[in-house]
Amino acid sequence: MAVAARKAGRAGAGAANKTTSTKGSTRGAALNSPQFDKNQDLTAYNDMLLIRRFEEKSGQMYGMGLIGGFCHLYIGQEAVVVGMQMATKEGDQVITGYRDHGHMLACGMDAKGVMAELTGRRGGLSKGKGGSMHMFSKEKHFYGGHGIVGAQVSLGTGIAFANHYRENGNVCLTYFGDGAANQGQVYESFNMAQLWKLPVVYVIENNRYAMGTAVSRASAQTDFSKRGVSFGIPGEQVDGMDIRAVYAAGQRAIEHARSGKGPYILEMQTYRYRGHSMSDPAKYRTKDEVTRMREEHDPIEQVRRRLLESWKLSEDELKAIDSRVREIVNEAAEFATHDPEPDPSELYTDILL
Amino acid sequence: MAIDILMPALSPTMEQGKLAKWLKKEGDQVKPGDVLAEIETDKATMEVEAIDEGVLAKILVSDGTDNVAVNTPIAILAGEGEDVSAAASSAKAPAAPAPEAQPAPTPDMEREGMADRPSADSIPGTDAKPVAEPASPYVIQNRTAHDAMAEIPEGTEMVSMTVREALRDAMAEEMRKDDSVFVMGEEVAEYQGAYKVTQGLLQEFGAKRVIDTPITEHGFAGVGVGAAFTGLRPIVEFMTFNFAMQAIDQIINSAAKTLYMSGGQLGAPIVFRGPNGAAARVGAQHSHDYAAWYSNVPGLKVVAPYTASDAKGLLKSAIRDPNPIVFLENEILYGQSFPVPKLDDFTVPIGKARIHRQGKDVTIVSFSIGMTYALKAAQELEKEGIDAEVIDLRTIRPMDTDTIVASVMKTGRCVTVEEGFPQSGVGAEIVTRIMENAFDYLDAPVIRVTGKDVPMPYAANLEKLALPNVAEVVQAAKAVCYR
Ligand SMILES: Cc1ncc(C[n+]2csc(CCOP(=O)(O)OP(=O)(O)O)c2C)c(N)n1
Ligand SMILES: [Mg+2]
Repeated sequence: MAVAARKAGRAGAGAANKTTSTKGSTRGAALNSPQFDKNQDLTAYNDMLLIRRFEEKSGQMYGMGLIGGFCHLYIGQEAVVVGMQMATKEGDQVITGYRDHGHMLACGMDAKGVMAELTGRRGGLSKGKGGSMHMFSKEKHFYGGHGIVGAQVSLGTGIAFANHYRENGNVCLTYFGDGAANQGQVYESFNMAQLWKLPVVYVIENNRYAMGTAVSRASAQTDFSKRGVSFGIPGEQVDGMDIRAVYAAGQRAIEHARSGKGPYILEMQTYRYRGHSMSDPAKYRTKDEVTRMREEHDPIEQVRRRLLESWKLSEDELKAIDSRVREIVNEAAEFATHDPEPDPSELYTDILL
Repeated sequence: MAIDILMPALSPTMEQGKLAKWLKKEGDQVKPGDVLAEIETDKATMEVEAIDEGVLAKILVSDGTDNVAVNTPIAILAGEGEDVSAAASSAKAPAAPAPEAQPAPTPDMEREGMADRPSADSIPGTDAKPVAEPASPYVIQNRTAHDAMAEIPEGTEMVSMTVREALRDAMAEEMRKDDSVFVMGEEVAEYQGAYKVTQGLLQEFGAKRVIDTPITEHGFAGVGVGAAFTGLRPIVEFMTFNFAMQAIDQIINSAAKTLYMSGGQLGAPIVFRGPNGAAARVGAQHSHDYAAWYSNVPGLKVVAPYTASDAKGLLKSAIRDPNPIVFLENEILYGQSFPVPKLDDFTVPIGKARIHRQGKDVTIVSFSIGMTYALKAAQELEKEGIDAEVIDLRTIRPMDTDTIVASVMKTGRCVTVEEGFPQSGVGAEIVTRIMENAFDYLDAPVIRVTGKDVPMPYAANLEKLALPNVAEVVQAAKAVCYR
C-alpha cells in the first residue's frame, strides 16, 4: 500500500511525491510531483490543525459527559478533506457520512455551531436536534452528516444530478469509507453517474478499517480505485496523508467531472488514529501500527516540517498559529458548554413544512 | 496555572476504569495530542491525550490502578513557563480508588452511551431504573410464585443471566443441535458482535458457521433468504434494525411472500435478529422502533421479548420455526439480568402473550422495553390503590388477542405502552382488537402511551420528552379508571 511505503522525513521541499499513482486514470505521469507554495502550506497547516484540535477537544468533552451517543473523530484523516476542499471552487458541494466534523470545518462551518451540536444545544447547527452525525449547511453547500453507511453515495450522486440538470458547473464531492464502498447502492450510483455523465467525485476514505474489520476481511477487491472499472469510471489511489497529493488528485478529478466527462473515483489511503467511535476495544490492530502511522505519516507534521525547513518559519510563528487555532476551539467549547438546551417546544418543529 | 488532568470516561455511563499505563513520565514535555496514558475497561481501551502544552509535573494515579473514578485528577500539568515543582505540589490529596469495585459498564464501538436509558433515571417524579423484576439475586434459586413464572414448571432451578447471555445461549444450543443453523452479520465473528451477543460463537463453531459479512445488508439478507430456500437455517444479525431498512425488500418481498407465491413449496426458515428501537442519544436515524412495520406483513412472525428467559425460549423457537421470523431485541435490555430456567431445552411458544403481573382494575399491555415503564407504573399505581394487570405481548405477530381480550373483559380498562410512533402502531392494533372483541366490556376508551410523533431528537432534554415515561403510563391508567 502506498501509504505504508512512505518513509518518515521525506517531506522536504524537494521531495517528489511518487505515491500518487494514476492507475486506472487516463492521465499521464507528469502529474505526480505536486508542490505547495508557502501560502498553500500555511492554509493546509491552519485548516488541518483546526480539525485536529477541534477533534481532540470533542474527545475531551465526550469524556466529561457533555457529548452523548456516537462521536466519530477524524483525527489522522485531516489531509483528505482539507486537500480536497483546496481544490474546489465556490458552489461545489460536499456530502459525507457520520465522521463529519472535519468536513464541516473544512467547508467553513462555524466551529461554535458544530461543537454546540455535539453537545445538543440550541446554538448547534441543527438546533441540537441532529447531533454529531447529522449537521447540514445550505450556505456552505454541505449536505450532511448521514448515519446510514452508504446512503450518502446515492444522495451525492443526486446532488450531482441537480448540478447537471441546472448546468451550473458545480461538482459534488461525495465522501465514503472503505466499509461503505461495499454497499450495493454505491454501484447503482456509479452506473447512473457514468451513464448520465454526472459531475461527482467519489472520495473513498480508505482508513483501512470499518469498525473492527480490516479492508482485506471485507473486500474482494481492495484496490478501491478500481471499483468503477466495469462502469468505465477512472480512479486513482492517492497518499491521503500527504495533502499535496490529495490536492493534486482532487484537481484532476474535479476538473474531469466539471468538464462534463462524468464521475471520478479517488481512493484516499489514510488512517484513523482513534477508535471507530469514542471507545473501541482496539483488538483488531496493534498499537504499533497506530504509533507508526502517527509518527511516520502524520499529515500535519509533514506540513509543519515544510513550514519550518522550506519556508523558514520560526517556532514562534507556528506557535502563533497554534494559539489562534486553540482560541477558536476553546471558544467553541465554551459556547457549547454554556449554551442552553433547545426549548422543549422544539420537539414538534421542523417535522413538515 | 497548573492544570489537572482528569480521568476521562469512555462513555457517558462509565463510572470508573483502570489506568493501564503511563506513556509519559514526570518531567516530560508534552504537547497537545500526545498520548499520556492508556485507560481500560473490560471491553475497551482509550488513550488519554494531552489537550494543553506543558510539562507533566506530577502523576497522581500510578500505572495499573483499578477502579479510578471518572473525573479524578490523574496528573498535574505545569503550564508553559510555570514552575514545575510548584505545580506538582499543588496536588490535592492523592486520588483514592473508587470505593466499590463494580465492573464498569462495557461500552462497545456501536453501543457507547447506551447501557441504561438515561432518561429513565431522570424522569421527573420517578426513580425509574428499568425494572428488572422478577430479577433474582445473582444466585441459583428455585422458581418463585411470581406471576411471570407461571408457565415454568414448579421446582425448576433458575439462574440469573442477562438478556445478552440468554440470546447467545439460545443460538449456541440450537447450533449444537442442528448443523444447518448458522449466524451471519457485521462484526458477529472476530469482533464477537457489535453488542457482544454472539460472543464466543466463532470460537465454538468456527468461521464456516459464524460469518462476518461486509457492510452490505441488502446483499447478505438476500443471501440468507436464498440459503433458507434450500433448507439451511440462517440467523441473520443486523447490527441494529435501523440498518435492516437497507434489506427490508428481501425480508418482505422474498422471505415473507415466497411460501405463498410458490403455493406452499418454498418456505424460508430464517431468523432476522438484532437490536431494535431507541438506544440513547444516537439521533433519528439510529433510534427507530420497527415493531409495527414488520407486524403489518403477512408471512412474517414478529417477536419482541422483554425478559432474558423469554429471549432465550423464544429465540430457540424462532430458530426451529419453518417461517421467516423478525426477532426484535433491545439494546438497553441486553445488560439486564433476569432469572432463566435451568433446563436442557427450554422453549417459549411464539404467539403467546404472558401475564407478567396479575391485577383486576386496569390492563396494561406492552412488550420489549415498554415493559419497564408498564411494570414501574403498576408499582406506582398499587400505592394509589389501583391494581394493574400487566401483559407482556412477547410476540407482536401473530398477536395473542385471546389473552388481551380475556384480561380486558375482567378489568374493563386498558392502556397500551410502546416506544414506537403512535400512528398505525402496535397500540393502534391492540385498540382495534379490543374494540372488535370486547367493546361491550369497556368502561373507558383505551389510551395509548407511545413515543412522540417526531423523529428522535439528539438533545438530551428533547430525547427524554420524545420517549414515553412512567408518569405518562400512570396518568393514562388513572384516566381510564376515572381517577
Ligand atoms: C447501513 C448501515 N450498516 C451498519 C452501520 C453501522 N456502522 C456504522 S459505521 C460502520 C463502519 C463503516 O466503516 P467505513 O465505511 O470504513 O467508514 P469509517 O468509519 O472507517 O470512516 C458501521 C458498520 C450503519 N451505520 N449503517
Ligand atoms: Mg474505514
